[in-house]
Amino acid sequence: MEVVRSQRKSLVSTGVGSTLPLYRSAPPLEVRLEDFELYAIDRLRVLKGISDALSRGKKPDEMEKLVLDLWKTNMRHQHSSELLNKDIISHFVLRLVYCRTEELRKWFLSIETTLFRYRFRDEPSEIQRALMAEFDLPYKAVTTAEYESVKEKLNQIARSIGQPITTDAIYYKVPFEEVPELVAGRRVFIQKGNAYIAMNQVVSLVITQFRSHLSKALVLTNRKWTSMIREQEKDRLVPIIEALSTSYLGPDYSQPREHAEISLKDIDQIAKSSFPLCMHHLFEKLREDHHLKHGGRMQLGLFLKGVGLKLDDALAFWRAEFSRKVGAERFDKEYAYSIRHNYGKEGKRTDYTPYSCQKIISSTPGVGDHHGCPYRHFSEENLRAALTRMRVGNPALEDVIDKVRNRHYQLACTLTFEAVHGSSCDAGVNHPNQYYNDSQRILESQEEV
Amino acid sequence: MTREEVENGRDDMLIDGDEVEQRRLENAVPEGFNADYLKAYYGKIFPYVDMFKWMSYGNDGKHPGCDHSYFGRREFSFTLDNDIYLRFQSFNTVSELENAIKEKCPFKIDIGPVYSVDPSKRHAYSQGGDNVFMPVEKELVFDIDISDYDDARYCCSGADVCLECWPLMTIAIKVIDTSLRDDFGFSHILWVYSGRRGVHCWVCDGKARRLNNEQRAAIVDYFRVYKGNENNSKKVSLVGPALHPFLVRSYTEVLKDYFEKRLLSSQNLFLNEERFEKILEMIPDESVTSELRGRWLSNKRSREEINVARWDQLKNLLQSNKQKGQGLRRCIEEIVFTFTYPRLDMEVSKHMNHLLKAPFCVHPKTGRVCVPINPKNCEEFDPSAVPTLSQLLGELNTGGFKGEGDSEWDGTSLGDCVRYFRESFLQPLLKSCKEEIETSYNAKVQQSRNSISW
Repeated sequence: MEVVRSQRKSLVSTGVGSTLPLYRSAPPLEVRLEDFELYAIDRLRVLKGISDALSRGKKPDEMEKLVLDLWKTNMRHQHSSELLNKDIISHFVLRLVYCRTEELRKWFLSIETTLFRYRFRDEPSEIQRALMAEFDLPYKAVTTAEYESVKEKLNQIARSIGQPITTDAIYYKVPFEEVPELVAGRRVFIQKGNAYIAMNQVVSLVITQFRSHLSKALVLTNRKWTSMIREQEKDRLVPIIEALSTSYLGPDYSQPREHAEISLKDIDQIAKSSFPLCMHHLFEKLREDHHLKHGGRMQLGLFLKGVGLKLDDALAFWRAEFSRKVGAERFDKEYAYSIRHNYGKEGKRTDYTPYSCQKIISSTPGVGDHHGCPYRHFSEENLRAALTRMRVGNPALEDVIDKVRNRHYQLACTLTFEAVHGSSCDAGVNHPNQYYNDSQRILESQEEV
Repeated sequence: MTREEVENGRDDMLIDGDEVEQRRLENAVPEGFNADYLKAYYGKIFPYVDMFKWMSYGNDGKHPGCDHSYFGRREFSFTLDNDIYLRFQSFNTVSELENAIKEKCPFKIDIGPVYSVDPSKRHAYSQGGDNVFMPVEKELVFDIDISDYDDARYCCSGADVCLECWPLMTIAIKVIDTSLRDDFGFSHILWVYSGRRGVHCWVCDGKARRLNNEQRAAIVDYFRVYKGNENNSKKVSLVGPALHPFLVRSYTEVLKDYFEKRLLSSQNLFLNEERFEKILEMIPDESVTSELRGRWLSNKRSREEINVARWDQLKNLLQSNKQKGQGLRRCIEEIVFTFTYPRLDMEVSKHMNHLLKAPFCVHPKTGRVCVPINPKNCEEFDPSAVPTLSQLLGELNTGGFKGEGDSEWDGTSLGDCVRYFRESFLQPLLKSCKEEIETSYNAKVQQSRNSISW
């Protein structure tokens, strides 16, 4: 608790006032219960907005503006002196909310890190350097002599990522392990294990620290939650926290809709009428090739579970197809395990949840793969053909393609839904199982009429 | 099926020859793969001590800094004759390892991570609830399969491989090996023939073994150029006004030459309409593609150097197109990358707890031993010349005609493979492991001294 105070002091003493806390420890503050909840809801709006934008595949510069706007709109306070407290309190409340399962921790970690990234980039460079010092990063700038020896390569990198080439740029030399995102994007020059990062890439270094610190902290918070807080606060904070975690993330579709069960004989019919394109495509490929690679089996298998296909039916369904290609015996030996696994009957016995749009869009299908989001991963030509088969005609087809070109994949899917069902979908498509449920609801109401 | 092969396998061995050849023939063992052969292999040839030394990373020594629990926390898993899969096997000593392999006679041995605790006792620890059973170290591994190149080769498909398409694996070794050493600074790298359709790579530096999953994924992404899936014709996308130095080096030092001097002709990449259309699809300029198509369709005479000629025409046309600039010239590189650049099985490398088949296993379908490949002369490696189980047993029967060594393998054609493993990989590795153990021990001692003096 001392850290927050001393940290602010040190920033003040060096003459820079940072408004970006590192959330090293919980604030020594008294918080009113209403603020506890209200602040958290405001921050959740920011995080949810970021999460949606990421799943739409927004570019970094669009993200930058969007994140800062979201922050300004939601994290206001009538007293400017309270802004920092609101920031810190809301962060720590949400830590409690999102520490409780692996899935929640992963989401919170990734979105908070994104938020921190853009806020950090928005700070002037003297504050950035002060924050770097807070993180205790031991790296020194590369000397002129060393810079000269690798200058050509550094300029080549700058050109490859569209950065202006400057002659007096400051570079830091750090172990490549410290900047995984720059390595992954081939945005740094690496030599003998060292990455040369430019001043404007320092954010990656800081982010690695931020994330690893927060990741460890979330595990600790979870331990405290299960060992103490849950019991001590069961009448006061726990109801608030539980409400917060469900009201904003939406359902995870791990359980089928009430009374929804499908039987094998209907599956072709409902695939045609109610599957989103990503699942319909996998379904057709499976019927055609009698085989799907791992990514496809996971994406379709978990979706079907969410749709209401029982384990026994799922085994029968997959066996019927795969046995035509690899034989029933090999199916039972090599593939049945993973289907039972998806239903929580093998291995660590987790009941796996169907993939959301965000997860599907960010997947990376390779050779022979059919999973992923067709709006993102198909070539335009293939997508047009697929949509035509779904009987999406003009002008809707052009609208869909237009959304795709602007990388609004979920909006493209939403427009497809509307074209196919002749009915609007106001909530947008966030999850293949939501697409399915909404579709079924519309079809049922049409039947009643 | 394997037994059938055993009975039929004798025919191709009737060659006249000198006395040695005669003796070889008398002792020849029919081709094939079965439990009896494997028993003999595990009984006499498998290099247990070398495997143990490797997986111990110097911790089997007498230095006070050695961690004697290290080897025992490594997961091995066995696939048995009847497809029974035994996971989480662990061994404390080389003789435990040797006895278990001899007794169970696994068709396949996989190597997993080193865990925080002995994996065979994981259930005892899982009661605590605090998740103390978790992987802590694992070599950085790569798996490259020729079957992932089916749209880049016309000689074979699926698991089949021949000398025409094997150069794709040679390219992969050269590109990845150079980058692992020069870019990432690793030095203890073992390449292994996977026994049938590809190669495995084990990066064994301490730094590599301790990488977390995010860092492993970053390295895999650094290598990833190939983005194609089944629903998109553009397989490689090289964006930006310049290429990363790693890609430039790979292109100029390896890919370009292999494409132009080898694959272009050996794979007949421009042989007919169907094939050249696949390449034209990668050029986003209608006027260029229709001009080339027109020329090629009107000139159908099949000549020896038709591939080279057409490639030259394509290059000239794209390079001469000044006003369209960089984008079109980049197509040349994209085409070369599409047909040559390594395609990694990414999932294998990304996670610490992924298992990979151990070197010196025997592939049940081919009977060939998973032997190390020296990256320095990997272009000489010929998968069809890799020793088979029956060949080794035959040589064993003939009995040490090659020389007097410390082990049975010394007299077989596996001798050179084990020697390479020992001298070029294991010895330098163990030397730096010892140094690392020494350094970290001294640092620890220093630290405890300091804390006492305070």
